[in-house]
Amino acid sequence: MSTLEIDRARKVYGDLEVLKEVSISIGTGDFLVLLGPSGCGKSTLLNMIAGLENISGGEIRIAGKVVNDLSPKDRDIAMVFQSYALYPTMTVRQNIEFGMKIRGVAQAERDKAVKTAADLLQMTHLLDRKPSQLSGGQRQRVAMGRAIVRQPKLFLFDEPLSNLDAKLRVDMRTEIKRLHARLGTTIVYVTHDQIEAMTLATRVAVMKDGVVQHLDDPQSVYDRPANVYVAKFVGSPSMNIIPASLDVEDGRPVAVVDIPGATAGRLTGIPLSSQAAAKYAGRSILVGIRPELFSVAGVQSPQTVSVHIDVVEPTGPDTLALFQAGGVEVTARVPPRAVAARTSATLAVDTAKIVLFDAETEKRID
Amino acid sequence: MSPKNKLDLWLPRLVLSPSLLAVLIAVYLFIVWTAWISLSSSQMVPKFDFVGVEQYVRLWSTPRWHTAVANLFIFTALFLTITIALGLFLAILLDQKVRAEGFLRAVYLYPMALSFIVTGTAWKWILNPDLGLQKVINELGWTGFVFDWITQPSFAIYCVVIAAVWQSTGFAMAIFLAGLRAIDTSIIKAAQIEGASLPRIYLNVIVPMLRPAFLSVIVLLSYISIKSFDLVLALTNAGPGSATEMPSTFMFAATFRRNQMGVGAASAIMMLMTVAAIIVPYLYSELREDRNAH
Amino acid sequence: MRTEEHSARRSRQIGRVFIYGSLIALAAFYLMPLWVMTVTSLKSLDEIYGGSFIGMPKAITLEAWNKAWQEACIGTACTGLRPYFINSILMVVPAVILSTGIGAINGYILTKWRFAGANAIFGLLLFGCFLPFQAVILPMAQVLGRLHLSGTIPGLVLVHTVYGISFTTLFFRNYFITIPDELTRAAQIDGAGFFRIFFSVMLPTALPIIVVSCIWQFTQIWNDFLFGVSFTAGQSSPITVALNNIVNVTMGRKQYNVDMAAAMIAAIPTLFVYVVAGRYFVRGLTAGAVKG
Repeated sequence: MSTLEIDRARKVYGDLEVLKEVSISIGTGDFLVLLGPSGCGKSTLLNMIAGLENISGGEIRIAGKVVNDLSPKDRDIAMVFQSYALYPTMTVRQNIEFGMKIRGVAQAERDKAVKTAADLLQMTHLLDRKPSQLSGGQRQRVAMGRAIVRQPKLFLFDEPLSNLDAKLRVDMRTEIKRLHARLGTTIVYVTHDQIEAMTLATRVAVMKDGVVQHLDDPQSVYDRPANVYVAKFVGSPSMNIIPASLDVEDGRPVAVVDIPGATAGRLTGIPLSSQAAAKYAGRSILVGIRPELFSVAGVQSPQTVSVHIDVVEPTGPDTLALFQAGGVEVTARVPPRAVAARTSATLAVDTAKIVLFDAETEKRID
Repeated sequence: MSPKNKLDLWLPRLVLSPSLLAVLIAVYLFIVWTAWISLSSSQMVPKFDFVGVEQYVRLWSTPRWHTAVANLFIFTALFLTITIALGLFLAILLDQKVRAEGFLRAVYLYPMALSFIVTGTAWKWILNPDLGLQKVINELGWTGFVFDWITQPSFAIYCVVIAAVWQSTGFAMAIFLAGLRAIDTSIIKAAQIEGASLPRIYLNVIVPMLRPAFLSVIVLLSYISIKSFDLVLALTNAGPGSATEMPSTFMFAATFRRNQMGVGAASAIMMLMTVAAIIVPYLYSELREDRNAH
Repeated sequence: MRTEEHSARRSRQIGRVFIYGSLIALAAFYLMPLWVMTVTSLKSLDEIYGGSFIGMPKAITLEAWNKAWQEACIGTACTGLRPYFINSILMVVPAVILSTGIGAINGYILTKWRFAGANAIFGLLLFGCFLPFQAVILPMAQVLGRLHLSGTIPGLVLVHTVYGISFTTLFFRNYFITIPDELTRAAQIDGAGFFRIFFSVMLPTALPIIVVSCIWQFTQIWNDFLFGVSFTAGQSSPITVALNNIVNVTMGRKQYNVDMAAAMIAAIPTLFVYVVAGRYFVRGLTAGAVKG
């Protein structure tokens, strides 16, 4: 258990800069999720923390100690891989013991550690099987068991759930969360699945093109994304980004959104500093509205917008209603049967949670 | 992989280096050596002087070498055509969910496990007109049947073709069969639903999909044919006379029997260049595909 | 309707007859030489010259086998094939073990410890698979002479090992590349080093390809003739060279039954391996050709 500081870490392959001065720092017991699409550099960063790739620039410190020049085995870490990377010719027990054997841990102690890990992960009955005789979920458990017995300062997970089917993925996600709560270890976890990031993390770093776009706790990333990219990557269906223009009335910002065949929507009550409001007054902006911020209004009022619903997609607990606004398709999450396709609807918006973005830089405006 | 500690950095290269060194010497340096000999006046012992292309001129003015080159072309053309046709035919038949497929496959393939010397010995006996196949057929009643190619200078090369085809068909079959098995069977079903007959499906749809297998078979069989040495020696000993001389037997005889080391080296370099012209582009394309695949 | 069904069934039957007819006829063609070799080796010389070629022997005799094994003359020494058979075993066993072991570690390095230029090195090694050996026998003969290894079994072991590395490296490289790199990474984090990962993690997973490599090398080296005839003479020759000598010696009445028995003796080890482990043999055969 320890802290992890990544200080302006860079990774360069020839002319290709895969990571550009990444700085992240987390405290003891934190669960950091590196989130991003493939090729964003998240796995490279994880491998650099593990010592499997060398660091082209900057520093990585585990528990305050610079590890740049330490080999993986000397970093006091454990890692769980996407393919589990179980040694196929060894039994589960031998897999878990292998690292301890290399470190010269005595047999009695090894047995004890294996037993503890097996109990913790409920896999005592699997200990004498080979990996090929295990299901995906069981292999995943073994991989975690192998990591646990090291009692490392830092756990690293490289997309550990992406080879599992949907149901099992949810179960194992809960299991990992429980494990974290129980052991209280510091974890770095790589995934491209934003739901995993939301459910597991205490800190999320959203990455793109080798740059950390946003580093914060998951709820903050969800509510106030740093830019349009993060806004769209986190959340499903993703945040609506609607082109609009900003008016200032009585010193208060109003976002004006064109709606085809109806009067323009005027959204008031948007959180925005007066400096920003003054700066962007009369300019184009992007309005970010999460689908669940819409609700069906009984009567029209200045706070509501009238839209023509094109398509409805029932998901069970609620229904997604799609309509045009500001020249883009907008998704609203409304109660089942609240609206019908090819009819008009009056929607209210929880404007206090709207986020505005600069139309050019696509960065959040506060 | 992280070269964190210095050991990890140099250990793999250190362990690989003896192999690399051995191959650099035994393949590349030796080729240069042979090339040098081919440009020297070496006869019985190697001499490291320089006489330009004199040995190549001598080589190309040797009638035996002309026979060898002509034979190589005849042999390669027939050997490739027949082996590929027969191998493909067998592979397609075996792909029709036949019974005892494993056994049949083993039967077609076992000659590949034999030495060319064994193959040559066996076929020499079979093709022997006095006591072999000809006699059997004559005794069966077809008294006019003549099959004495092995004693006829202008036909003996076809005997080498027969034995080589017999030995190598299984190899072509195995590669074609692997190619056929990799093809999605729903393609055949789709074509059947369109009303195409099975022979037509194979001819127009399946065989064109075997392009990579064809390439492999052609390259590897060409390689076998260029270096075929043992078979010729065992079957005909390059005779009758020098009727079945091949570049490989020519090289060996010139170098070890006729004390024409320079000419032998020149012929070896000619062989090498022929092989390289086929193999290097092939390896290049295979390796490049490899890189795309990963 | 019925006639249509009928004709469809008929044409399917004709198809099956054609398929099985062709397969069986060709199987007979491929088995014929083995049959002829076997029956000829079991006949007496008189029966052969009496005109028996393809038929069963009237009286089975092991005389020819006995002769081929311990009496037949190779050059001037009438020792039979036995000493040459032993030569071949003494040559094959170390050469197979060495070349397979070296290929295994090379393949491991080229896939799991990639470094700049590793691909180029692989390309260089690969050409060795297709080297026409005529291009190197002259200098190799010279070098063996300098090393005082001319005409010796260790000399042949060296030659076969060196020229076998290309193929064995190809086998192991193509095998290890299918094993996820994560496995070596996990072992690294477990604290295993270069050799430990090789022996404890990689090698145990590589059993099938070890078999493929051993069978391929065994067949290639056992069946080699060019190196044997170029670098050895007389008593130190491998069996293929001795066989060729027996067959090509023409003194008195040609002993076809002894020739065939000798050919069988030279063929039995590789045929045995083929029968026992044919699956792996085919894999080796196609490894250089079709990927995946």
